[in-house]
Amino acid sequence: MKTIAILLLCIASISNIAISRTVMVGASHIDKTIRSGIINANTHDTLLVETGIYHEHNLVIDKPIVIIGIDHPIIEGEHKYENVSIKADSVTFSGFSIRNSGISSIVDYAGIKIHNRHHVTIVNNILEDCFFGIYSQYSVNCIIKNNKLTAHQELEQQSGNGIHCWKSDSLQIIGNTITGHRDGIYFEFVTNSIIWRNISFGNIRYGLHFMFSNSDTYAANVFEKNGAGVAVMFSKKVKMYHNYFIENWGDASYGILLKEISDSYIDGNYFVRNTSGIFLEGVSRVEMYNNDFTENGWGLKIQASCMEIVLKYNNFRGNTFDVGTNGSLVLNTFENNYWDKYEGYDLNKDKIGDIPYRPVSMFSMVVEKNPPAMMLFRSLITTLMDRSEKVIPSLTPEQLKDNHPLMKPLRL
Amino acid sequence: MIKIIKYILLDILRNKMVLGYAVFLFAITFTVFSLEDSTLKGLLSMLNLVLFIVPLVSVIFSTIYVYNSSEFIELLVSQPLKRSRIWLSIFVGLAGALSLAFFAGAGLPMLFYEPSPTGLMLLLMGFLISVIFVAIAMLAAVHTRDKAKGIGFAILLWIYFSLLFDGLVLFLLFQFADYPLEKAMIGISALNPIDLGRILVLLKMDVSALMGYTGAVFKEFYGTDKGLIVSLSVMVLWIALPLLYSLKKFNRKDL
Repeated sequence: MKTIAILLLCIASISNIAISRTVMVGASHIDKTIRSGIINANTHDTLLVETGIYHEHNLVIDKPIVIIGIDHPIIEGEHKYENVSIKADSVTFSGFSIRNSGISSIVDYAGIKIHNRHHVTIVNNILEDCFFGIYSQYSVNCIIKNNKLTAHQELEQQSGNGIHCWKSDSLQIIGNTITGHRDGIYFEFVTNSIIWRNISFGNIRYGLHFMFSNSDTYAANVFEKNGAGVAVMFSKKVKMYHNYFIENWGDASYGILLKEISDSYIDGNYFVRNTSGIFLEGVSRVEMYNNDFTENGWGLKIQASCMEIVLKYNNFRGNTFDVGTNGSLVLNTFENNYWDKYEGYDLNKDKIGDIPYRPVSMFSMVVEKNPPAMMLFRSLITTLMDRSEKVIPSLTPEQLKDNHPLMKPLRL
Repeated sequence: MIKIIKYILLDILRNKMVLGYAVFLFAITFTVFSLEDSTLKGLLSMLNLVLFIVPLVSVIFSTIYVYNSSEFIELLVSQPLKRSRIWLSIFVGLAGALSLAFFAGAGLPMLFYEPSPTGLMLLLMGFLISVIFVAIAMLAAVHTRDKAKGIGFAILLWIYFSLLFDGLVLFLLFQFADYPLEKAMIGISALNPIDLGRILVLLKMDVSALMGYTGAVFKEFYGTDKGLIVSLSVMVLWIALPLLYSLKKFNRKDL
């Protein structure tokens, strides 16, 4: 009996250590500010912050604690400070409204910044008018999820990036909505990370800006009406699955701009009403399957500097030009795509056209050399030129063709 | 004047050729929209129709009609009627009949299948181009007494506007490729009603492609309300100028 009692006591005392406390912060509690709440909290405690406006100047979280806002309490940056700096590992920061961070051309002020930490979780926050939104530098294994970021600056210099990740690893960027920033999501030197189910629209420059970041995946995101579309540059082993690229309009605006990309996969994406769906330059060993190009100005602009790109089972529908290129060298493979402009026949009824399809029209080459010629688009003379070019190719690259085009569009 | 217009209109509408033209347009429009799986392709075929067939029929039919009714015109001139009234009545009758045929043939199925802004713009352009080429035909007809020469001249004008002009523009573009020609192109496009009509339709149809740099210059000009008003007035000028010039010639012509 006595031993059982001692045992129970022991368990009780152990669990007493293990169960962390909950510290309340708010106008009606001892801790009126989040700063004093953090000072009074122990490691792994939970801070519950009641709704209200908190002027914390620069709030530094230097303990591994969980901070949860009730009904989105506001942390005001007064256009002077970095609202929240996370300088501890394993911090969870959730449910706040972060407003008006400082703007500077020397310091990268952010709404929430992770300084060289790991296992930080940032969820369900609303960021409004911050210079940089959520900033991750040298961090590992962090989760940035379901945040809503809005900014209203007009000039690139006065606006930072929505979710800015620099020299990080194993990040999860999930379900965020970003608008009005310079770049929606910015990745530089970030590896082994995933960008999933985010919506990035109406940003000043790129919806997603992606550089020197290897072995990352972005999937099921929506990039719509960004100033310059999406740029993915100087990276290897990038996987791009099931994203939507919609209405990125302008001469230098692309659904995706791919520059110096290799060993990557672009599968199941939708490119709708962009000036150029994909622009490829210096890209090698990329597989593009099951993408849908609908009503773009150019479905694909593939420069002659690209090699070993495989395009298979893609739909090209209602594009003004299916493919544009700038040279005659072709080191890429086009196979089994559906082209709505295909005029061939299928005698043996195997649903594959019997004659090859050449997706580059002569007029698209003319426009590439002389842009004002766009004025003559769809006129009788250019139609005649296109026809004669189809019979005797002279300007268009002879090798750029789909030998086995599909007769019916794929269901994607 | 109204009496003459009525007479001419009825005379033309009774003519089997205009009826055939309407039926032909109707059949083509109907097939194009029911056969093509995407409406964009249908609209493209319709664009070609509006840009080539409509001006051709317009210009040839009007020239032939004016020549064929030369005796009727002489009769009218002998009556106490102003010459300009006679000439304008013929124009209104021809333009009315041909645009009516266009609306009945192409307009109705298009309103049924494609009542989008692109479709409506295409209809408006078809109407304007019909009328413009009636005016051009009357200019060709008043120019020479010889029927064969007149028809030849009319066809030549059609070839010039639909083919040669664009060829010249392309030639100029490559000759002056080193210069910024985007803005100049706007001015040049006003020199050809077919080009103008085509660009106005394209701004609705190929928006994505036209958002490139050159296209953006066009879009900035033609895409705004002001640009639309300017380009429509240019089209109206294309009706008025040949008509007034032919009127001047007709008033002094020794029939």
